[in-house]
Amino acid sequence: MRPLKATRAPVVHRPKPLSGPDADFASGARTGAEPKLRLRGVFNRKGDRFDPAPSRLSYRLQRWMLTPGIRRGLKIGLPILAVCAAVGIYFGAQERRDAVVAYVMDIKTSIQQRPEFMVNLMAIDGAGTNLSEDIREVVPLDFPISSWDLDVEQIRDTITGLNPVKSATVRVRPGGILQVDVVERQPVIVWRTRNGIELLDETGAHVKRISSRKDHANLPLIAGKGADGHVGEALALLTTARSLGGRVRGLVRIGERRWDLVLDRGQRIMLPTERPVRALERVLAVNEVQDLLERDVAVVDMRLGQRPTIRMTKAASEDWWNTKVNVSSEQ
Amino acid sequence: MMTDLYQSQRAMRQMRRQAMQRGVVAILDVGSSKIACLVLRFDGTGRLSEDNTIGSMAGQTGFRVIGAATTRSRGVQFGEVTAMQETERAIRTALQAAQKMADIRVDHVIASFSGANPRSYGLDAQVDLEGQVVTEAEVGRVLNACDVPDYGAGREVLHAQPVNFALDNRSGLIDPRGQMGQSLAVDMHMLTVDATAIQNIVRCIKRCDLELAGIANSAYVSGVSALVEDEQELGAACIDMGGGTTSVSIFMKKHMIYADCVRMGGDHVTSDISMGLGIPASVAERIKTFNGGVHATGADDRDLIDIGGDTGDWEHDRRTVSRAELIGIMRPRVEEILEEVRVRLDAAGFEHMPSQQIVLTGGGSQIMGLDGLATRILGQRVRLGRPLRVHGLPQSATGPGFSSAVGLSLFAAHPQDEWWDFEIPVDTYAARPFKRAVRWFRDNW
Repeated sequence: MRPLKATRAPVVHRPKPLSGPDADFASGARTGAEPKLRLRGVFNRKGDRFDPAPSRLSYRLQRWMLTPGIRRGLKIGLPILAVCAAVGIYFGAQERRDAVVAYVMDIKTSIQQRPEFMVNLMAIDGAGTNLSEDIREVVPLDFPISSWDLDVEQIRDTITGLNPVKSATVRVRPGGILQVDVVERQPVIVWRTRNGIELLDETGAHVKRISSRKDHANLPLIAGKGADGHVGEALALLTTARSLGGRVRGLVRIGERRWDLVLDRGQRIMLPTERPVRALERVLAVNEVQDLLERDVAVVDMRLGQRPTIRMTKAASEDWWNTKVNVSSEQ
Repeated sequence: MMTDLYQSQRAMRQMRRQAMQRGVVAILDVGSSKIACLVLRFDGTGRLSEDNTIGSMAGQTGFRVIGAATTRSRGVQFGEVTAMQETERAIRTALQAAQKMADIRVDHVIASFSGANPRSYGLDAQVDLEGQVVTEAEVGRVLNACDVPDYGAGREVLHAQPVNFALDNRSGLIDPRGQMGQSLAVDMHMLTVDATAIQNIVRCIKRCDLELAGIANSAYVSGVSALVEDEQELGAACIDMGGGTTSVSIFMKKHMIYADCVRMGGDHVTSDISMGLGIPASVAERIKTFNGGVHATGADDRDLIDIGGDTGDWEHDRRTVSRAELIGIMRPRVEEILEEVRVRLDAAGFEHMPSQQIVLTGGGSQIMGLDGLATRILGQRVRLGRPLRVHGLPQSATGPGFSSAVGLSLFAAHPQDEWWDFEIPVDTYAARPFKRAVRWFRDNW
């Protein structure tokens, strides 16, 4: 006789324990279908016990939770949201925000102030004494200073902004030295204006204001408003006028558009706006042949290339008049 | 009405295609005693084994079972839904458990059920080809030329499968497309069931927030899984002994040519035991499962079974019954079921089939000694069938009770061409002129 009770669970003969999906299935068939949360004792308890069935709500909820998008949202989105919320709440208060900022700044400063990063002195190469002093004046740094605080670009711009400086490189050299390499502007011309006398370099840039022309007697002189904008042209003209030697006094810019070459004895060569060097060459050629500039000529007017004009000095024209009168009276 | 059916079946095919694209589909076998749910994952095309033979999986490697669950069925009698709320709860239970095991949400369901008075019709038609070559449109035309018998109001076509094509004098063609000929003939097997039964199932599934991607008769799908390939080819009958019904399907040349169902099953055996011994149905079921049989031997007289009770009456609670008595209760009912199956097979003309193989499957086929009894009633060539092995199916779900669920998986993976898989010819389609123009373009360019 085989004892059998109604409550005995069915015996399953298995040679070995199940694993993998089989185990899941075997266990799931008994308990897996039961909902985790069940309102036991509230709604028909008996029916639930015999035939476990998920409620419509739990069924929908489970399906919802198995949806890939929702799962990803819960797995990634929710933690991110939680972290964001926590950070947001923490930084909601001003004093906590300040405290964190101060803490970070503390650490930052302590790192920046390490001796490895400190710059102790500024070395300037390629500048004269005056310029060095000027540079030190415009770059007011109180050493030692951390290299993190140095704005090398800005220092270079400041130095390049100085008039006598053509270009400059600024870098922090190992050993805590701020190395400034300067190329100075070389004055090539003297520019006389109503306000004073200035030295200009070949690009027309202002180098320095001087008190007396005598200090730079070897440099050619230009004058007139707007002359500094055409230093290159002026130099070309002066190079062409080299053959006149010491007779050249200088160049005058007339009406901000053309040059007058001024010689001694009050002589003046008025050059055209277009191609002044060529016009000057023509004058010099005539001078070569006919000694034009040795004569009593006040002005050689080359402004119209078609019709070069000569104005004589007053004495010469009077002389000429007298000669003409004498000749006519003798006749 | 035919067009209506055509449209709804096409909609289900479309849904199945969507499910394939998503890669996950649920299989739901709504039976009278249990509801089984398998979750399948489709991962690309089936691969053959290393040595390029078909292998033990018979090429059915395109999918994998990733979730399986069963629950006791409620509200289903004779394979038909009788209490919709209960059935819906049972479906929910099974589906939820399977989903949980699969760890993925399933939206598409392919369902099978057994009851609803299936009735088979053999249809045939012959048309003269418009061209020389059989095209898909020609196949659609010949299928549509079948004159549908008056299968009665309140019935619905569940399957309509072309089982044989004949081109001129050549018959037995499986796929005539692309072949040359003059006239094309087709034999079609049509299975109709009660429309209300389908509607109830569809409604239950809809109420579970699921989309129906296909529906099949369980006689067909259990034949697909329980019959081996040569049986399907040479001809065999599959008898699926379920809880409320016993389904019969006859296969020939890999097509189902007949299906029917006997409205008796294992539950009736259980209720006989319950009534005969005066015990609750659950105890009767357990006794049937562990001690049941159909052949009494001398030893069975001495094998006493404690049938128990819970009344508090000492005498009543210690009743015993001998195994011979139990067999004496079970055997007439099982015989009756098998006799009824015999009648159905005779009505289908099974004795004229070249091969008389009979395969018993379903939960009821596990009764001890059933094959011996069936041999005496149905014929000599009877075997017990278990479903084909598929990837990932848990060991506990490989019994004969799961043959229709497994068959439905195979059906989901490789559905047979049905009538609605071919386009209806334009003239009967009653399409709008615009659609006709589009069709013309598609056909001619």
